[in-house]
Amino acid sequence: MNIKQAFSLAIKSLAGSKMRSFLTMLGIIIGVAAVIIIVSIVNGMTKDIIDEFESMGATTITVSVRGRGGNRSVSIDDMQNLVDDNPEYLKSMTPNITVPGATAKNGSDNLDVSSCVGVNEYYTDIKGLVVEQGRGIEYVDCEARLRNCVIGTYIANELYQGQALGQQIRINGQIYTIVGILEEQADSTEASSDDIIIVPYTLASRLSNSFTMGSYTFNAVSKEVADEAQELIDDYLLGVFSNTNAYNVSNMSSMIDSINEMTATMSLVLAGVAGVSLLVGGIGIMNIMLVSVTERTREIGIRKSLGATPWDIMSQFVVEAITTSCIGGVLGILLGIGGSYAATLFDMTAVISVPAILLSFSISAMIGIAFGYFPAKKASKLNPIDALRYD
Amino acid sequence: MIELKNIYKIYGDGEGEIRALDGISLHVSKGEFVSIVGSSGSGKSTCMNIIGCLDIPTSGEYYLNGTDVSTMTENELAHVRNRELGFIFQQYNLIPKLTVRENVELPLLYKGVKAHERTELALHALDRVGLGDRGDKYPSQLSGGQQQRVSIARALAGEPPVILADEPTGALDSKTGREVLDFLKQLNREGTTIVLITHDNSIAAEIKRVVRIQDGRIVSDEVKEDLQ
Ligand SMILES: Nc1ncnc2c1ncn2[C@@H]1O[C@H](COP(=O)(O)OP(=O)(O)OP(=O)(O)O)[C@@H](O)[C@H]1O
Ligand SMILES: [Mg+2]
Repeated sequence: MNIKQAFSLAIKSLAGSKMRSFLTMLGIIIGVAAVIIIVSIVNGMTKDIIDEFESMGATTITVSVRGRGGNRSVSIDDMQNLVDDNPEYLKSMTPNITVPGATAKNGSDNLDVSSCVGVNEYYTDIKGLVVEQGRGIEYVDCEARLRNCVIGTYIANELYQGQALGQQIRINGQIYTIVGILEEQADSTEASSDDIIIVPYTLASRLSNSFTMGSYTFNAVSKEVADEAQELIDDYLLGVFSNTNAYNVSNMSSMIDSINEMTATMSLVLAGVAGVSLLVGGIGIMNIMLVSVTERTREIGIRKSLGATPWDIMSQFVVEAITTSCIGGVLGILLGIGGSYAATLFDMTAVISVPAILLSFSISAMIGIAFGYFPAKKASKLNPIDALRYD
Repeated sequence: MIELKNIYKIYGDGEGEIRALDGISLHVSKGEFVSIVGSSGSGKSTCMNIIGCLDIPTSGEYYLNGTDVSTMTENELAHVRNRELGFIFQQYNLIPKLTVRENVELPLLYKGVKAHERTELALHALDRVGLGDRGDKYPSQLSGGQQQRVSIARALAGEPPVILADEPTGALDSKTGREVLDFLKQLNREGTTIVLITHDNSIAAEIKRVVRIQDGRIVSDEVKEDLQ
C-alpha cells in the first residue's frame, strides 16, 4: 500500500466521523492560531514602538558630556567642526542646553515650563519638529543673541489662547519675543512635548538661575551610517577626555536594536506558552488515535488476515494522524490570520509572521507524526487472531 | 503443500490448561478438498487459524510449501496470508464502512495491484459469486448469505492456491449453504486446494477426504475413493 492510498484511506476515515475529527483537531487549531496571533500582535507592537522611535529620528545621536572638571573640555565649536570635517557621516548638530525649572509669564498669567532648551538653527530639523506659525530659531538669533523664542502649543494655548505669534513672553523674568509656534504633537497637554520653549543656545545659560545641563544632538547622514557616525564621535571624545566615563554617546538605532531584542524575547516566551496548547492538542490526537485503534481492532485483524504488513497498518494510522493534524494546522493558520486581522479592528497593529506560520504548521505536522506513531505502532503489533476475536 | 507435524496449542497453564490442539499431524496435498469435522470446542478453528498463519502453535512444526512457518518474519507471514491463502470466516469479517467492492479489493490492495485493475478483478470475483451488481452497496445493506458470498469473493479475488473456509455455511439456510458448497467444489475442480470446516454431516458426506477431530486430536482421517 502506498502513501497515496494511505492518504485517501485517512481522508475517508476522517470524513466518516466529522464531529470527532473536528474535536480532535480543535487543540491543534487553537494552538496554531494562538501562536500566529500572539506573534503577529507582538510583532505589531514592536513595529509601533520602532516606528515611534524612527519618527523621533533613527539618525539622531545624543552626546552628553559629564566631565566638566579639569582643563579638558569640548566647546560647541569643536562639535560643529566635527560635523564639518565628516560630511559623509554627519549632517548637522545642535547644542541642547536645558534650562531647569523655567517659568513663563504673560502679564499676570504664568506657568512652569516642563522643558526649556537652548539650541541652534538645526534643532527643529534634527528633532523632526515642524514650525507651524512663524519661524524657527535661526543662525542670527544665536549669533546676535536675539531674545527670540519658539513655543509649543500648550504654552501658546495657556498663556495666549492660541494668539501667541509676535507676542512678548517673560521667561524667568527676561522678555523674549515669540517668533514661532510648533505644530501640535501631543494634544497640547501639560508636561507633554507641546509644553516647550526653545531659545537660542547662546542665551540659555543667562536664563538659568543656577546651572544648565548641556548635551549635543547630532544628525547622521543616514540610518545606515548612524553606527559609524556614533563611533566617530566616540573616538573624538575619547581622544579629548581619555576616559569613557566622562561622556556618553548613544544613538536611536542601537536603542531600536535593543527594543527588537526585548520584544523578540517577549514574543518567544508568549509563543512558547501558546506552543504548550499545541502540545495539549497533540496529546488530544494521541488520545483519539488510541481510542480509534482500540475501536478498530477488528478491522486491523481483518486487514492483517488479508495480508496487511505491520508497515501497512502503521502507515494507515500515522497518515491518519498526520492528516488530522495538518488539516488542523491549516484551519489554525486561517483562524490565526483571521484573528490577527480582527485584532487590527481593535486598533492593534498586527504584523503576520511567515516564519511563525511555517513553524507552527511544521510543529503541528510533527505532533501528528509523534503522537500518531505510538498508537499506530500498537495497532501494527496486534496479533491477527487476537484482533479478529476482539469485540 | 500443507504439512502439520505434532502441533500443540495450549491455553493457560498448570491445572487450568486447555489443550485446544493436542498433537495434530496432517498433510494436505495440492488440489485436495479436505473437510474437518468435530464437535464444538474440539479445536477445528484453532487448527484452521494455525494453517492460515493467523495463530502460532505452542509447539510443533508447520511447513507451508516446504517452508517452516515459525521461521518467517511478520512481513513474510503477511505475504503468505496475502498470496498463498484465502480465508473465509464464519462471521464474514467484512469492514462495515467500506463498500462491498472495496472489501473485495483489500487483498489486492495489499498485493500492490493498481487501482483500476483492482476494481476490475474485484468486480470479476463478485460476478463469480453472483453479486456483480452489488459492488457499491455496504455490507450492512446485504443479507447474511450475500455477505458470506462477498467474503468468498474476497478470498477468491487474489486467486490464492489455498482456500481455508471456517464453517462458511454455518449461518446460512440449507439452500444457500448448498450453493456455497457447490461453488467451493467448482473452485476445487479448477485446481484450488480447499480446507473446509463444517458441522454439517450431510456436507461432510459429499467431500472426498474427511478429517475428524476430537479434544484436539485427529481421531479419523478417511478418503472416500468413490468420490472424485
Ligand atoms: N483464546 C483462547 N483462550 C483460551 N481458550 C481458548 C481460546 N481459543 C480457543 N480456546 C479453547 O480451545 C478449544 C478449541 O477451540 P476452537 O475454537 O478451536 O473450537 P472449534 O472446534 O472451532 O469449536 P466450534 O465448532 O464451536 O467453532 C476450546 O475449548 C476453547 O475453549
Ligand atoms: Mg470454530
